[in-house]
Parts: sequence; structure tokens; C-alpha cells
Amino acid sequence: MVANILVNGLVYSGVYAMLALGFGLVFGVGRVLNLAHTAFYMVAAYGIFHFASTGFAMPLAVLLTSLGIVAVGVAVYKLVIEPVREMEATVLIATLAVAVLLQEVVLVFFGNEPRHVPPALTGFTQVVGVRVGNQEMVTLIVAVLSLIGAWFLLSRTKLGLAIRAAAQDREVANLMGINVNLVTAVVMGLGLLLAALAGIAVAPLFTVEPGMWMNPLVIVLAAVVLGGLGSLKGSLIGAVILAFAEVSVVFLVPGGSYLRTAIALLIMVCVFFIRPEGLYGSSIAEER
Amino acid sequence: MKSLISCLALAVFAFGSAVSGQVIRIGVVGPMTFIQGKHHWQGATLAAEEINAAGGVTVGGRTYTIELVRVDSNEMQPGPDAVSAVERAITASKVDFLVGGFRTEAMLAMTEVACDYKKIFLIAGAADNKLLQGRVDKNYNRYKYLFRVTPARSTYLAQAAFIQLREVMDLFRHELGIAEPKIAILAEQAEWATPIVTFLSLQINAPLAVGGLGGRLVGTWRPSALATSLTAELTAIERAGAQIVFTVFSGPVGVVFGRDWGRLQIPVAAVGINVEAQAQGWLDATGGFGAYAATVGIYASGVEVTPTTVPFIEQFTSRFGELPLFTAGTYDALYILMDAILRADSLQTDAVIKALEATDYVSTIGRIVFDELHDLMWGPDYVTGIGVQWQDGTPVAFWPREWRPDPQKLPDLVISAPGTVPYVIPPWVRDHWKGK
Repeated sequence: MVANILVNGLVYSGVYAMLALGFGLVFGVGRVLNLAHTAFYMVAAYGIFHFASTGFAMPLAVLLTSLGIVAVGVAVYKLVIEPVREMEATVLIATLAVAVLLQEVVLVFFGNEPRHVPPALTGFTQVVGVRVGNQEMVTLIVAVLSLIGAWFLLSRTKLGLAIRAAAQDREVANLMGINVNLVTAVVMGLGLLLAALAGIAVAPLFTVEPGMWMNPLVIVLAAVVLGGLGSLKGSLIGAVILAFAEVSVVFLVPGGSYLRTAIALLIMVCVFFIRPEGLYGSSIAEER
Repeated sequence: MKSLISCLALAVFAFGSAVSGQVIRIGVVGPMTFIQGKHHWQGATLAAEEINAAGGVTVGGRTYTIELVRVDSNEMQPGPDAVSAVERAITASKVDFLVGGFRTEAMLAMTEVACDYKKIFLIAGAADNKLLQGRVDKNYNRYKYLFRVTPARSTYLAQAAFIQLREVMDLFRHELGIAEPKIAILAEQAEWATPIVTFLSLQINAPLAVGGLGGRLVGTWRPSALATSLTAELTAIERAGAQIVFTVFSGPVGVVFGRDWGRLQIPVAAVGINVEAQAQGWLDATGGFGAYAATVGIYASGVEVTPTTVPFIEQFTSRFGELPLFTAGTYDALYILMDAILRADSLQTDAVIKALEATDYVSTIGRIVFDELHDLMWGPDYVTGIGVQWQDGTPVAFWPREWRPDPQKLPDLVISAPGTVPYVIPPWVRDHWKGK
């Protein structure tokens, strides 16, 4: 059973980590709680479905979907979020409205029927005695590569330095000559690129349907809060913890597998009793 | 001048009333953006067109045509949409009758609204016992407006699925030499599924000698009805050593099951209830991985349950391009309603209710007779449903085939619907368990 939990947990971790890292980046740098983040993940899944079903080659379909999501996302940032960026409650409501709008647009064009994207690789492989779909392995590899790419960008490039500086202290970064607004827009694009890649990666594994963004949003919010708001490392670790918690519920409490998300969130609440600021977050006093 | 305008207004009003009086408005309730709701609408459309083309319905010397009103209950999602939609249909669209419905949770509320307004609601799509049991019998005057046309109530669905499961278990015994097949239950977390899970949990471990299934239950998994992946559940079922998975799905999670089960080639044979597997688009929706999925169903290619089954399926398929789901039972619902209106020779609600209670109608799914709960009579002489499996890209029926409902008391009673074929254990399952 441990092997089953480990293998399945790893696959879920990869997807949640991609989403949480993108979400965490946008919040960490721009202080924007973008509730439309996973809606873009849903749109990306539909994008790959559309391009794949109209005969585009997969690499081109991935490219077009990713670029489209980034373009739409940055436009939404400039038109909807940036004007109200200083008002946190307004940002929350505005991004939630964007998410619902995206869902309704998808509903109009694609309807409510579950859609399926053919897997890049069919079949399965036994990993330590556990049956793992080859597509799951592709998804895990995409997740790992995406996360390595994001880590490289953040830690080995000047842009990454600017992003990290803006994430630590926007005012000081601004004084140092960093164009914080531009950096925020770039981060928004980067975050949505990760969301798009997650959507593309899971489309062959999950049912593609307009409501597929809601559950991941809850998980991502929980992962980011669990890890500590603003901490990228915390977001990743939070995502991994919640993914393993979900999978463990399925194996340990099969009759309650519909409670997998609820139990994962309960774990998050339990962590808050010990560390209210999250695993890697700074306390409110430090923030001040 | 004033009196002229008044006369004109009166004339227009009188004309309008006369026109609306020639129409029977029927609200077709369903989640219209989902396939279940589309088939609600399409089944009703077909019946309404046929009835109108045949000259409508003559009641008390006046001829009425049928007008359908689309009532999108959006009941796949939790929320108040369903109740609002039914209330709007009754108060704004002025429907005379209601047919359809799908999710029990929503139907419990929608039928309350119908009863508030004293509107007859022919349920065509929701199975839970509680929609009628404990309502019509306990408070007849309030709930006498409710009748169920399709599917059979949950316990009867469980009964049919139970019989089909027993036949698949017998196959494992005879073809693979597994004396005590291991069963996993995979049921969506929804109200209607719970009594089925309870019933089967009790029956699976009971010995064959006392009428049980003589198998072993290795676990029950209850994923969310809106889950988008079941890989963890399925690998857990494999790990538990199950040879057969009994599914209880009514919504899109059924597609998720078919795709993940076939894609990972989980070595368990599937049987049970999976509404999505009744749809023509099943293989497309599952990316081609849904072959050999099986479900209790209502319609399948070439199976003649009654003389009207095949003509209806052919007509529905040629018109809408796919096999009807059980929610297309709105077709029968409209005919049953019209039959009752004709017998009552009245549109008065109480008269129509009395006529409905006396219904004995051969529908596309069997002979419809309502019991004291206003529910379908179930059994060999009435409605049983069929067992459907996807074989060679087509949904074919594997049950009832040489079914002996009561071998002790009626040894000669053997029921076979024309057109049924044997259930096939999926090849990867057979390969996995052969010789073990």
C-alpha cells in the first residue's frame, strides 16, 4: 500500500505543484491572489482538446495553447487586475468573476459534456508493483521539467533575481531600479504558463469539463496557505503534502474517498494550530 | 371610442384564451447542458411531434396539441437553480404537467414545488426510493401528483444489477475457476447510490445457499460524483485483489471510470450501473478505453423488450444520431400521460391522477403499471431493464438472457429478450486471472 500511495501521490504532487508554484509566484511578487489561476488551467485543457481534435500536431497544439493562455492572462492582468491591484478584496472578486466568465465562455463553445484528450503514450508500466499509466509518467516528467525550468529562471537569471527581489520587498526593488510593474506582468505570464502546462499535462488524464478548475483552486489555495503565503518553497511543499493526503485517504479510508479534499484541508487546519503562519511563511509581526 | 377599445381588448383576450386553451403545455425538466437533459428533451420532442402529427389529443370534444417547455434545472450542480426553474415553468410558462428530472437531491425539492402548485410530475430519470416512498404512502393528498415512469426505483435497480452481478460471478466460476470471486464496489457519493451499496454489501458475502452471491467484498470506494480522476481508487481496487468491480454511477464520473479503467487495464471486470455507458458517445468520451464496460440499462442495439422498443430506438437514433439514454423515457411519459388524459376524458388534475393510477400501458421499456406508491411495478411481467455491455464498438444486451426469476417455484419460467448475447470478460482481465 505504501508503494501505491507513493506512486499515485507523486503524480498528483506534480500537477498540484505546477499550479501552486504559478499561483505562489503571482502572489509572492505581485501580491495578487488570482482566483482565476486554475480557470486558465481549465481553458488550457480545452485548448489542447480543441487543437488536438482539429488535427494540429501535438507540439504545435502545446505551443499555441501555452501562448494563447499567456496572452489572454497578461491581457486580463493589465485590463482587470492592475487597475485595482492595491485593493485586495476587489482583486479577489474581480479574478473570481474572470474565472466564472471563462467557465461560461467554455460552456458556450464546448458544452458540458466531458471531453477526452488522447494520451501521448498509451499503456502502463509496473513501478515497484504499482500500475502506473505511461501518460501519468509523461505528466510527471512535464511537471518536473517545468519546475526545474522555473527554478532555473528564478535562481540563475537576472530576471529571476528581479522577481525574487520584488517578491521580498516591492518598494526596495523599485528603488533599486527594477520595474516592478513589468516584473509583475512577466510573473503573471510565467505563472499562467505553468497553469497552462499543468492543464495540458492533465488533459489526457482527467476529464476535461468546464467545472474542472474548482477543486484544484481549493487545493492550490490550501497549498499556498499551508506552505506560507509568499513562500515559493512553501507552496511546493504544501502541494506535495496535500496531494499525498488526498491519495492516502483513498487508500486508507476507501468508503470516504469523496472526502479526500476535505480531509486534506483538515490537515491544513491542523498545521495552523502549530504554525499559524504556515510552514515557511513569515509571521504577521515579521511582515510588519 | 372607449367601448370600442374595450370590445377589441376583450376580443383579443378571448381569442388568446381560446388559443392557449387548445394547447397542453408540458414542462420537460432536466440538466439541459448535459447529455441526460438533452435526452429528456429529445425523447419528449419525439413523442410530442408524433402525438401532434396524429391530430393531437381530443378531450371533452376539444382537440389539443402538445407544446413543450424546456426547463433547465442545471441539477448536476448543487444550488437553487432546479427549484427556481420548476417554479418559473409553473408560474411564468404556465405548464400544465411536468416530466423528467434527474438528480434525487434536486428532485426532492422540485417535486415539492410541483406539489405546492398541484401539478402532476411524471418522474423520468431519478431512481431514489424516497422520491415516492414515505411521501405518496404517508401523505397521499400532498404527493398524489408524483408518478415514476423510468427508471425503476433504486432497490429494483439494485435487484437487476444484483442478478447481473451474479451472472458475471458465475462466469468467473465456470470460465476461470474462481469459486469465490472478490468484488469491489465503486459508487459515486450521491443519495440514490447509498441504498444500492447497502443492499449489495449485505448480499455479496452471503452464501449462495441462502440466496446470496457467495463472493467476497474487498472494499467500497465512494468517490465524488464530480471526480475527474479515479486512478487512485482503481489502483487501490487492484491492490485489494478484486476481480469484479460493481459500479454505481449516474453522472460524468462514469466516463472517468471507463477511461481510467481501460487505459490502465485494471484487471477487474465491470458490471453495475453506469448511466454514461448507456450513451452512444461512450467510446468517444472515454477515448476508446470504455470497451467491455457494462451497465444496467434501458436501451441497446437490436434488443426487443416490447414491440415498440426497436421502432423507438431506430427513430430516436436516426433523428438525433445516438442511442437514447434512459432519460429519453420522457417519450413514454408523454404517451402515458396522454393515455391517462384520454381515459379520463378530462384535464382536471384529480381525474388525470385517477386515470394514471389505473395505467396499464406497454411502453418501450416494458409494461407500465403503477403500484400504490405511484412507482413502477418491477419484474418479469412488468419492467426489468436490461444489462448492456460494450462489445466490438456497440452497446449490446447481455441480460435478460436465459434468466430464471424463480427456479424453485417456477422452474420452467425462463426469460430471454430477443437480441441478447453473452457477457464477455474483458481480455486483459481474463489473461490476468486465468490459472490463478
